[in-house]
Amino acid sequence: MTVSTQDRSALIPLLQQVQVEMGYVPREAIDEIGAVLRVSTSDIFGVLTFYAQFRLTPVGRHQVKICQGTACHVQGAPLITDAVEEELGLDDDHDTTEDGEFTLEKVACFGACSLAPVMIIDEDTKGNITPDKARRMVRKLIKAQAKKNAAAKTNAEAKNE
Amino acid sequence: MSNYTAIREWADEKTADKTRIIVGLGTCGIAAGGNKILEAVEKTLANNDDIKAEVVSVGCIGICYKEPLLDIEIPGQPRLSYGSVTAKDTREIIQNIFLDSKYEHKKTLATINDEAFAEIPSWKEIPFFAPQERRVLRNCGFIDPEKIEDYIANDGYLGLSRALLDMTPAAVVEETLKAGLRGRGGAGFPAGRKWSIAADNINAYKEENPDSDSFGYIICNADEGDPGAFMNRSVLEGDPHSVIEGMTIAGYAIGASYGYIYCRAEYPLAIERLKLALDQAREKNLLGKNILGTEFSFDLKLKEGAGAFVCGEETALIASVEGLRGMPMPRPPYPAQAGLWEVPTIINNVETLNNIPVILAKGADSWAEKGTEKSKGTKTFALTGKVENTGLIEVELGMSLREVIYDIGGGIPDGKEFKAAQTGGPSGGCLPASMLDLTIDYEALAKAGSIMGSGGLVIMDESTCMVDVARYFLTFTQAESCGKCVPCRLGTKRMLEILTRITEGKGKIEDIALLEELAPSIRDSSLCGLGQSAPNPVLTTLRYFRDEYEAHILEGRCPAGQCKALITYTIDEVDCTGCTVCARACPVDAISGAKKELHIIDTDICTRCDTCRQVCNFDAVLVA
Repeated sequence: MTVSTQDRSALIPLLQQVQVEMGYVPREAIDEIGAVLRVSTSDIFGVLTFYAQFRLTPVGRHQVKICQGTACHVQGAPLITDAVEEELGLDDDHDTTEDGEFTLEKVACFGACSLAPVMIIDEDTKGNITPDKARRMVRKLIKAQAKKNAAAKTNAEAKNE
Repeated sequence: MSNYTAIREWADEKTADKTRIIVGLGTCGIAAGGNKILEAVEKTLANNDDIKAEVVSVGCIGICYKEPLLDIEIPGQPRLSYGSVTAKDTREIIQNIFLDSKYEHKKTLATINDEAFAEIPSWKEIPFFAPQERRVLRNCGFIDPEKIEDYIANDGYLGLSRALLDMTPAAVVEETLKAGLRGRGGAGFPAGRKWSIAADNINAYKEENPDSDSFGYIICNADEGDPGAFMNRSVLEGDPHSVIEGMTIAGYAIGASYGYIYCRAEYPLAIERLKLALDQAREKNLLGKNILGTEFSFDLKLKEGAGAFVCGEETALIASVEGLRGMPMPRPPYPAQAGLWEVPTIINNVETLNNIPVILAKGADSWAEKGTEKSKGTKTFALTGKVENTGLIEVELGMSLREVIYDIGGGIPDGKEFKAAQTGGPSGGCLPASMLDLTIDYEALAKAGSIMGSGGLVIMDESTCMVDVARYFLTFTQAESCGKCVPCRLGTKRMLEILTRITEGKGKIEDIALLEELAPSIRDSSLCGLGQSAPNPVLTTLRYFRDEYEAHILEGRCPAGQCKALITYTIDEVDCTGCTVCARACPVDAISGAKKELHIIDTDICTRCDTCRQVCNFDAVLVA
């Protein structure tokens, strides 16, 4: 099989598709795409780490995104980021909680600047956030998920019996 | 002309005389709760069989601070607009109008028309809209972006039909040159000149490589990466066909038969609407083989960006389309000489391309009536930050910053003082109050040390720390630097370290001189625009707000009360009522005090999270 230079342009769209389906790009996908496009693993790794969109580790069940755009910054986004990080026990080096429930993403501008500061929980966009509101929302989310997990556990136990 | 006439007649017939209930569903409209309004509209219609109207969702009309928006359009009457509506308002407004012919409502905004109606003022009487000149945003908020007939019925594809049927490619280039349209991506290079260079190169390439699959490409740069900017997003979401038409005209003018739209992946709605628009254009033979029955064939493909700011740079963008790391290349050769897969390529910004159909449909002379001598036309801005009326605006070039901020923007909220206007995102600068009468044009902004940029306009007030703003932008450019050239890779890092040091109260007075030495070297020796412009936020803040740098370094004080290391929170003895709200909200339990007694903040525990100040109802929490 020969690969023309133009086939190489399929690399980023393929990686994007994997990420849409899996939430991240696992090692197996890199090998498989590399074999099809005849691009080395290191080369693909170079592309993956270059673009902010790609993740190499699984994403949490819930995603909290905080906008880091200029309008959000001057309206207090850094304080909100600090508050949410504290609630979730995350820092600059850890973006996902150990139990795999929550991922915090600091994203470049969403373009919803008139609602600044903006935070997105899963698909729900929240505008005019304050650190206090952000904490409450995150606590509520943690509580709701814990409740769900407990119910699922009870269900599973009931089934086992 | 028969072909276009037939399409136009079809569109006119399909869109004629319709009663429409319109909901703004751009990204910001959705974020503000637009979908709930849409649901309320549908429910109201389901409950009232007598009301016959088409429900339409449109892109952003720009008045973001009044989202969600509900508009009613009845044939023979001006369109009426209502702002900040709730589901209850929606039901009331629709029932009042359709059942009782009662138009006034507490949420009335204006008529979207030059005439007032039933005591509702015209939008030309509303300060936010009055000074605006809608040309790029001609269709945003007016047409259903998911229906090609709406676009065509508003003179869509008229420019393309004029170009293809009445003009030679050279004449199209000539018309664009004559209009004086300058690139709206930021740098302001004349679009016609770019096209003319590309056309020559494509001709030469054709002669040398007669067997090539393609002789030239046109790429639309829709990778709007500036934080605080959403002009292109709004155009793509609200009027996607205008960009497709502009690209097709560009393809004809330069002799390219294929193009790419490189759009940010962070704009899912824009991508969805572009895909739909591309399909519709193909179906109507406005893309594809023998467009409008002519010899000209042209098609477009959509490429999603993957989150790299540097890809706004032309050569980096090309590398990204090719599937590589988006790193810039030294120029020459320019993309117009050897671009995508070494084929001559031109790259135009969304707003540049959106202007093209108007130039072709109305003529260069009419288009160039607006603007200044060297900066023709209009420019859109995303007006955000510490300003009363935030939104997407479009003004004639040459308007003053003051008019934009105080007339359209309604001034600074909460009685605070204006401090700075930031244009051009991370590549631009911060302009102080003394420059409020500066006119907005390419030359004036550059002279002031900033740039026009793509249209981000973030307003800052007395509570914004300018050293922190410089640090913010350097955090951004340092993270986005691709690392290929040393001045940018190391230079942005060093500048960021110095700025961080200053905001942490560890700065030395020599740091200012060091920044002033570093900035010009980075500007002059970086490979691409990212590094060349990265020092701008530092240089302009040093130029206009030097006293703030000095206060941080010499007095250990942040005048804006933002830099955590330099501020303390205290509670005012007089104003505190002992209501306990702050103590309960404090996430680290740093506040003590019994009910109805003065509260006290333990500054050793306090994390300066600002929660107490925000929740206090008596303005009793002081920051110094």
